[in-house]
Amino acid sequence: MSLSGSDFELVRRVVYDTSGIVLDPGKEYLVESRLQPLCRHENVPSIPRLVQKLREPGAQPLVTRLVDAMTTNETSFFRDVEPFEALRRHVLPALIEARRATRQLNIWYAASSTGQEPYSVSMMLDAEFPQLRGWIVNQLATDISPTVLERARAGRYSQLEVNRGLPAKYLVHYFTKVGNDWRLKDNIRKMVRFEELNLIKAWPLLPAMDIVMLRNVMIYFDTEAKKRVLSGARRVLRPDGYLFLGGAETPMNLDDSFDRQPYPRAGCYTVKATTLA
Amino acid sequence: MNALIVDDSRAMRLLLRQMLVALGFEVAEARHGREALSHLQMRPDTQIALVDWNMPEMNGLELVEAVRADETLSGVRLMMVTTETEMAHVQRALEAGADEYVMKPFSKEIIADKLALLGLSGGDAHAA
Ligand SMILES: C[S@@+](CC[C@H](N)C(=O)[O-])C[C@H]1O[C@@H](n2cnc3c(N)ncnc32)[C@H](O)[C@@H]1O
Repeated sequence: MSLSGSDFELVRRVVYDTSGIVLDPGKEYLVESRLQPLCRHENVPSIPRLVQKLREPGAQPLVTRLVDAMTTNETSFFRDVEPFEALRRHVLPALIEARRATRQLNIWYAASSTGQEPYSVSMMLDAEFPQLRGWIVNQLATDISPTVLERARAGRYSQLEVNRGLPAKYLVHYFTKVGNDWRLKDNIRKMVRFEELNLIKAWPLLPAMDIVMLRNVMIYFDTEAKKRVLSGARRVLRPDGYLFLGGAETPMNLDDSFDRQPYPRAGCYTVKATTLA
Repeated sequence: MNALIVDDSRAMRLLLRQMLVALGFEVAEARHGREALSHLQMRPDTQIALVDWNMPEMNGLELVEAVRADETLSGVRLMMVTTETEMAHVQRALEAGADEYVMKPFSKEIIADKLALLGLSGGDAHAA
């Protein structure tokens, strides 16, 4: 039932080529634990049979589902707190001032998983930035995994998920309880558009962004992919826009066109003026 | 940082104590609301009380109301930690003056994240 060396190699290569996600040797246990449920789902009796199917012509839909199964989607509302504090205290007030003529903000969540990140910001915008009423706030949230996108669009969360990082006042204000789950109200759900987007393939044409949230996804990529994604983020950002990275991520030694902002543990960057010239 | 755990279950107090100690808090315990209230009146420098709902003597909601009625305790943050998971309960606790609300079961991450929302992270700011 377990994973042979050559089968691991094949899975590793397919996942890397498709998604940029690096599965280092030693991650066999992880791959196995993700392949087992996929076998059940595909009605395939064993992991070797599943890998065999990956080699057959017409395997593309299976490859998509394999990559979906290999993604790590851990997230939470207001994850790490400080990035959201930086948004609330510094970034949003600065952008609201800078965009007061056009009254438009574009925000992109580039690996949005099950939606907690975009919805955290949406609740905050609704609760704390009444001055944005009447503005056009475009929020685009993307991910490679169709499964998480579907969950994000549904806006339905378990008790454990709403327990994690969601302020109780937001729970009361923006959710309704449905059975054992909690459903986000439509006015917040409608603030975010969710779409499939693979960061390591060619990007579709995106509007110029004021904020790019690129958090906790580059950790899965190799250096080349990190560089390409960072330079892509720089090109979609407006000259005075902001980039947010995850707590374990940095552009250092990858892309020297970003300046770190002094907000503690926020992972917040702006584009260096020299890069713009 | 000082924390108070208010729960009539010894096992629950022990579990929460372990989590809070790991996060760097000094921890005291009370078995019900009345005991908690007298502890807080002696130690008004307590930063956070984690409060169960259903307890003998004085329940969690009554404790929250009593603490909020006492101006000398205005610096104490109150976090409900309870098996009550209906929206109406969360609402009542917040209206009574609770700052946060955790539904059982919970994990150390859940407690740490909620404390971080209140700007509290024990002695070790990076423990979470
Ligand atoms: C750990 S989650 C991060 C979620 C959220 N940004 C946060 O910080 O909590 C990583 C997400 O990246 C997505 N992902 C992985 N590779 C990707 C790729 N090549 N393109 C787009 N998304 C990808 C995964 O599907 C997963 O949902």
